[in-house]
Amino acid sequence: MNIMSNRMINILVPVISILLGLLVGAVVMLISDYNPITGYIALWNGIFGDSYAIGETIRQISPYLLAGLAVAFAFRSGLFNIGVEGQLIVGWFAAAYVGMAFDLPKIIHLPFALIAAAVAGALWGLVPGILKATLKVHEVIVTIMMNYIALHVVNALIKTLSGGGFKLERIHESASLRSEFLSNLTDYSTLHYGIFVALAMVVVMWFILEKTKTGYELKSVGYNDHAARYAGMSANKNIVLAMVISGAFAGLGGAMEALGTFGNMSSMGGFTGIGFDGIAVALLGANTPLGVIFGATLFGSLKYGANNMPNEAGIPVEIVSIIIALVIFFVACGYIIRVGLIRLRNKKEAK
Amino acid sequence: MDYVIEMLDVSKKFGNFYANDHITLQLEKGEIHALLGENGAGKSTLMNVLFGLYQPDGGEIRVHGEKVAITDPNVANDLGIGMVHQHFMLVENLTVTENIILGSEPTKSGIINIKDSAKKVAEISKMYGLDVDPYAKIEDISVGMQQRVEILKTLYRGADILIFDEPTASLTPQEIDELLNIMKKLVAEGKSIILITHKLAEIMNVSDKVTVIRKGKGIGTVITSETNPEELATLMVGRQVTFKTEKGPSYPTEEVLKIENLQVNDYRGVAKLKGLNLSVRRGEIVGIAGIDGNGQSELIEAITGLTKVKSGKIFINNEDVTNKKPRKITETGIGHIPQDRHKHGLILDFSVAYNTALQSYYHEPLSKGGIMNYKVINEKAGELIKEYDVRTQGTHELARALSGGNQQKLIIGREIMRNPDLLIAALPTRGLDVGAIEFIHRRLIEQRDSGKAVLLITFELDEVMNVSDKIAVIYDGTIVGTVIPQETTEQALGLMMAGHSKDVAEKKVLAAEKDGDEHHVE
Repeated sequence: MNIMSNRMINILVPVISILLGLLVGAVVMLISDYNPITGYIALWNGIFGDSYAIGETIRQISPYLLAGLAVAFAFRSGLFNIGVEGQLIVGWFAAAYVGMAFDLPKIIHLPFALIAAAVAGALWGLVPGILKATLKVHEVIVTIMMNYIALHVVNALIKTLSGGGFKLERIHESASLRSEFLSNLTDYSTLHYGIFVALAMVVVMWFILEKTKTGYELKSVGYNDHAARYAGMSANKNIVLAMVISGAFAGLGGAMEALGTFGNMSSMGGFTGIGFDGIAVALLGANTPLGVIFGATLFGSLKYGANNMPNEAGIPVEIVSIIIALVIFFVACGYIIRVGLIRLRNKKEAK
Repeated sequence: MDYVIEMLDVSKKFGNFYANDHITLQLEKGEIHALLGENGAGKSTLMNVLFGLYQPDGGEIRVHGEKVAITDPNVANDLGIGMVHQHFMLVENLTVTENIILGSEPTKSGIINIKDSAKKVAEISKMYGLDVDPYAKIEDISVGMQQRVEILKTLYRGADILIFDEPTASLTPQEIDELLNIMKKLVAEGKSIILITHKLAEIMNVSDKVTVIRKGKGIGTVITSETNPEELATLMVGRQVTFKTEKGPSYPTEEVLKIENLQVNDYRGVAKLKGLNLSVRRGEIVGIAGIDGNGQSELIEAITGLTKVKSGKIFINNEDVTNKKPRKITETGIGHIPQDRHKHGLILDFSVAYNTALQSYYHEPLSKGGIMNYKVINEKAGELIKEYDVRTQGTHELARALSGGNQQKLIIGREIMRNPDLLIAALPTRGLDVGAIEFIHRRLIEQRDSGKAVLLITFELDEVMNVSDKIAVIYDGTIVGTVIPQETTEQALGLMMAGHSKDVAEKKVLAAEKDGDEHHVE
């Protein structure tokens, strides 16, 4: 048997897991007396059916890209940032607030709003980073709790700022990512410039990890913090830095919603789920920048395309949710398969 | 002939690579059969095939003349094959008895019957002269006793054929003698033993036959009494090997490392170094001899800044570096070959090139203005590979994929190429074969000859005797004595390592020799 290359594993695992997910999804549809073929055709049309669908799908991908980058970046530094959700929420709020409260020329206002979102997310990542570095508190616990704090603090702020209401005023046009050009191109979809911001961040992540001294240190700490310490690197500094950068990516993810898709922020009954899906996006993409593009595309497509399944194929929303969940479930299993495959290979190499 | 185990023409392939290429090994009842080979020669693979962890791709295995298929370790256990692993598989906070019965606990309506088990353990240990306390906790007993527990584990499970995988790696000289005696006793009681090792002295001392494998191929089986260490080494490596490390006299000059009254506690606050003094000068190799756990790790970590010093001072080139940051200390001119190359020395998931940069990535030209220059790093790695004979497919190969010897050469190359004034080499040859050991010793002596200071920490008596110019014996966190290798004996060193002072140790050795002579006269 040939020893599998990394590349082959990277391609094989997601393909196998998606196919398995769709297959079991088909079984679920069959059991509940729906035609899986019509169901999947509806899904396909929902994603690629016309230029409007494609526009909306791409729009949906942007926040997933950034959430995925946030999780992946932390992972590469040996940290499990479950707090992307909370960092995204505070980023969303910061962008929406700056967009609404200031009136500035676009060339200043839009970057200002984006930076505000990134800084808010970074601060939300800074807290668990510092706690981990100084007191060895596990980042998973802290980030989960920070999610709840973000959700309720932001809801309270919205209530206060809107004088007891449930949503903030719309942002000024000067802070908006909306694009008439992109919208016209895609049959008046809500597609906005956010996708370019997200793709630029993919390049930023790649550059930091692969080209900079900081990236070298972050990866060293992520792979083997003992060796990093031996080489005189400060593990603590790198932990904090990784959480801050990760949080900034997540905050920008929130800005996509604030400045692009919604143009404001409403108080939320629960989490958006984007931050949590970001974990699966990152794992599906093997925590590489390019892989995150793939993972986010899958998630964005499924999330948006699935909306069409009730309309076109008459499949109830609940069943659709199960099918989407199944695909995600198998992606998670795919991670297990990957670990298994790599262990198997390493074992062979070790001999 | 009556063979208990025959591995005939056994092959095992990984991909296109033959780890075992038609190897034959025949074990007679009641013999100690050594399996000799370099690292990566295929010894472990062969034993894993016998123990059922791998399935052979060719050949057959016979136990007591009958062809068997050993599909997993349980089958091996049932056939009476037991393995004494190199890294002990013991639960630290359980007792000896609890560890021995683990996995096959005798229960009475769901409750373990410890008393009867302990009695049985005591019986077996008495029968084979394996001195253990059935109720002692593993964490409280010596490494030698832990190994005896491992042996008892296999005997308790009814093993007749015992495989010892590098059993003497972490033992003191006295413990090694005891172990070899135990092995002799075991075969006298009718057990058969396969001894995996690359230590020639042990083979000559204890084995009846030696099967040599080299690069996956069986070179042949020789009778121990008809061979000598030189011949075995040549068979194993495939070329002539020099045993005595060649080196001229040392000409030490000024002091590079000075340690005064050093005290270090571990993370639980237990004192590990209790007022240690040490000095290493340019142009000399100072060897730290001692049994594992007497403060060696803490000493290295204190010098390199990886652990906090409670009191005392460390000077490098007359500069006080006590409790400075690791990088600051490295910059004063220290090269450090860490004792655990996987934990500290390398980032296994980094390429050879990335690992080459580990200690100097923040300097120009490896990086500039925060941007790494991987082109330069690659070139540098290429030079290192050539200069230090690191066998790899290229600078992009992961460090994980290199053999232990090549990983070590990579680390040594990296540390020496930084041109340090003081080179700390901790267990630099652990687990390596004679060829690699020779290479590494030569490099250490080269450093000394070019006027650098070398601090060598090792558990191997041979190494400390052959390579150092001065030996400082560490026991319980202090240096109990400093000796010159030419003026001492292994016995005296062994006694000092057990905590005796230099004078007492030398007297004891003299007394023992005298005693021996008197008996001789009788």
